[in-house]
Amino acid sequence: MNKNTLRMTNISKSFAGVHALRGVQLELHSGEVHALLGENGAGKSTLVKVITGVHQPDTGEIYLNDRRIHLGDPREAAAQGISAIYQELSIFPDLDIAENIFVGRRPTLVSGWVDWRKIYREAEQLLSSLGVHLNLKTKARYLSIAQQQMIEIARALSVNARILVMDEPTSALTLNEVADLFLIVRRLRETGTAILFISHRLEELFEIADKVTVLRDGGYVDTRSMDGVTQEDLIRMMVGRTIKDMFPKKDVEAGEVVLRVKNLTRKGSFKDVSFELRKGEILGMAGLVGAGRTEVSQAIFGVAPADEGTIEIEGQSVRITNPGQAMQHGLALVPEDRQHHGLVLPMDITDNITLPRLAHFTSRGWLNVKDAHGAAYQAATQMQVKATTVWQKARELSGGNQQKVVLAKWLSTNPRILILDEPTRGIDIGTKAEVHHLMSDLAAQGIAILMISSELPEVLGMSDRVLVMHEGQVTGLFSRSEATQEKIMLAATQAV
Amino acid sequence: MTTDHPAASKRSLFSFFAQYRELALIGFILLLIVVISLQSPGFLTFTNFQDILLNISILAMIALAQGMIIITRGIDLSVASTLALVAMMVSFVLKAYPETPVILIVLLGIGLGSVLGSVNGFIITVGKVPPIIATLGTLSIYRGLVFFYSNGDWVNPIDLPSGFKQLAKGMSLGLPNLVVVTIIVAIIAYVFLNYIQSGRDIYALGSNPEAAKISGIRTQQITFMVYVISGVICGLAGVMWASRYEAAQTNTALGFELQTVAAAVIGGVSMLGGIGTVPGVLLGALLLGIIQNGLTLSSISQFWQLAVQGFLILLAVISDATIQRRIKTTMTRGFAK
Repeated sequence: MNKNTLRMTNISKSFAGVHALRGVQLELHSGEVHALLGENGAGKSTLVKVITGVHQPDTGEIYLNDRRIHLGDPREAAAQGISAIYQELSIFPDLDIAENIFVGRRPTLVSGWVDWRKIYREAEQLLSSLGVHLNLKTKARYLSIAQQQMIEIARALSVNARILVMDEPTSALTLNEVADLFLIVRRLRETGTAILFISHRLEELFEIADKVTVLRDGGYVDTRSMDGVTQEDLIRMMVGRTIKDMFPKKDVEAGEVVLRVKNLTRKGSFKDVSFELRKGEILGMAGLVGAGRTEVSQAIFGVAPADEGTIEIEGQSVRITNPGQAMQHGLALVPEDRQHHGLVLPMDITDNITLPRLAHFTSRGWLNVKDAHGAAYQAATQMQVKATTVWQKARELSGGNQQKVVLAKWLSTNPRILILDEPTRGIDIGTKAEVHHLMSDLAAQGIAILMISSELPEVLGMSDRVLVMHEGQVTGLFSRSEATQEKIMLAATQAV
Repeated sequence: MTTDHPAASKRSLFSFFAQYRELALIGFILLLIVVISLQSPGFLTFTNFQDILLNISILAMIALAQGMIIITRGIDLSVASTLALVAMMVSFVLKAYPETPVILIVLLGIGLGSVLGSVNGFIITVGKVPPIIATLGTLSIYRGLVFFYSNGDWVNPIDLPSGFKQLAKGMSLGLPNLVVVTIIVAIIAYVFLNYIQSGRDIYALGSNPEAAKISGIRTQQITFMVYVISGVICGLAGVMWASRYEAAQTNTALGFELQTVAAAVIGGVSMLGGIGTVPGVLLGALLLGIIQNGLTLSSISQFWQLAVQGFLILLAVISDATIQRRIKTTMTRGFAK
């Protein structure tokens, strides 16, 4: 086993005068999984891009096995055996699996001529070494996220990566897929790869990581052995203060039933889904990714109506065939994919917040900009959106702040029933706690909340009752007191 | 995860056509041939098909360049103006020096084309101007240069030496030279896009530009390259055009750029980038040529020719959009397993 050490000292990098990294250090060793932890905006992504040669640091040195190296671009980093799997997967949907693995460094016969036979042969070997068997000529667009990730790992291996950076590899995976991924990560560790592992899910770091380095606001906080820290320690190091309460659920007396769903069915998506949602209640919807939870919520909201079944709102049977009708019935949906469904990224915060109820601010076809601005300002302030002005473009905000804008947008419609689809996916711990606080407050004010979440601690911590789905069917319903991790997982993985 | 993906096996007939767009096109072309030959007996003859091939050669050549650029998520609207400018310039050279060897004229045309293409590439990569705007600008500039250069004059058949006129029309291997040249261009394009490193990078760039950069592909160079290649092909096409029509006019190939886009899109090149094949683009051009020819033979008015062409473009784009949507749903369904 080769021993390799990547050492980075005093790395600083600023963009347009803003410090993204200030004097950060990091040391990676062969056969080690090193976690990199920090809130959004702490500088993790920038550090990763320095390691992979995408960005060059303003100051600081990088040593590989005590030899100083310069990483001018991703090719040079790859040549040093450094490769990365990015959060936004760098898959080429129109290329087949084999070519995806070798893009940027296809084997050639003579200069410039692509050696396809070698590509397919080596792709086959790489994937079977990962225990993955796929038709190599399948276009990558037909693969699941987990499969695409395997392609990325194979790509990293194809350059004999000595250092492998994994940027939030688990954020879009189901629990089973995470288990598969960890098997591979452990195998790589045994063969002497140094792995830098980034994740927001603290629990999984304790499972996979040996060491952890924490960044905060672009600065270095500390490096510790995972054995010697607790989850609370890590949170304190990341946030710089103690977060007393990750799940500040207030006890609320549930009121009358506001939403009753009966035998809701849509062919191919979900079947016979029935449940009730009460005023002031948070109903958690648990299940694996793809269990049909999002589809059910979209059917209720009229995005893709169900084929069969009934929906009652406050005792009245309703037919909802589009989101406009849903909003008239007091429904609001905060979608899972905020970049695609929740926000118009090139528009500013004001426009985003006022979008669902522009009619309120319009008289005789003219938009009253001042009123809209005022309302947006109020909503954004209430949500503690961190932005320079309400004219700032949504795409310039961090993930957590984007999520707050989406929440502000829907709360400004004064909903009675709020559907939250993965409300805290991919946002940092501080913001997460804020969002949880807000959910609890909203429930206390009498709003009924349907919360879809794939994070069990969140489901257990925030829900009054937990509904579990598996393959499009409801497989369990637990009260807050009877719900446990085991019961939920069992219901989520087995059909009744 | 160890088995083949369920979505992959479920894709059926629909995805068969999605993946083999060419077969659908061939089917459509055959159908069209049957329909037209029932209407006009003169259609299904060897001479007429030779005619069709001659007529679509220049279109096909430039559509290949256009398709390649669209694969990178760009577009080149200046192709027709480039062609016209080169045609005008080489014709003037020939008018002044009729003894110039034809091969020199061809090289001159290619050289001029590559310069004009480089200008596009430069504006797009260094100037960071979106391709549609950059080439919209050069479309006008190059066309303006045609007027400037010619002072509004035309070069007439009588001004051109007969050796040059034979360049496009002469026969080799039983086919007009122009068709042979187009076939050679197509073969080169096919090899380039399938077997050459930078040809494959074109697909990677169009499929996911960010990822291409991260993978170490020199995306700026690739982008620059495709516009130069387009210029080269347009230069060659300009020479061929002057030879075939024995003239260079200020309105040469006016509006032709849209036909090249049409041929590429009908041939299955996705406006979203990353998708497109050489056989597909050739079939797209052939389809347009057959329609034009068939409608002329049936003496149907120009209006219908244009309307049918427009209808086909819409059909192609709508079917593409449907395919994309279907792929998306099969994908998300795949997540359930």
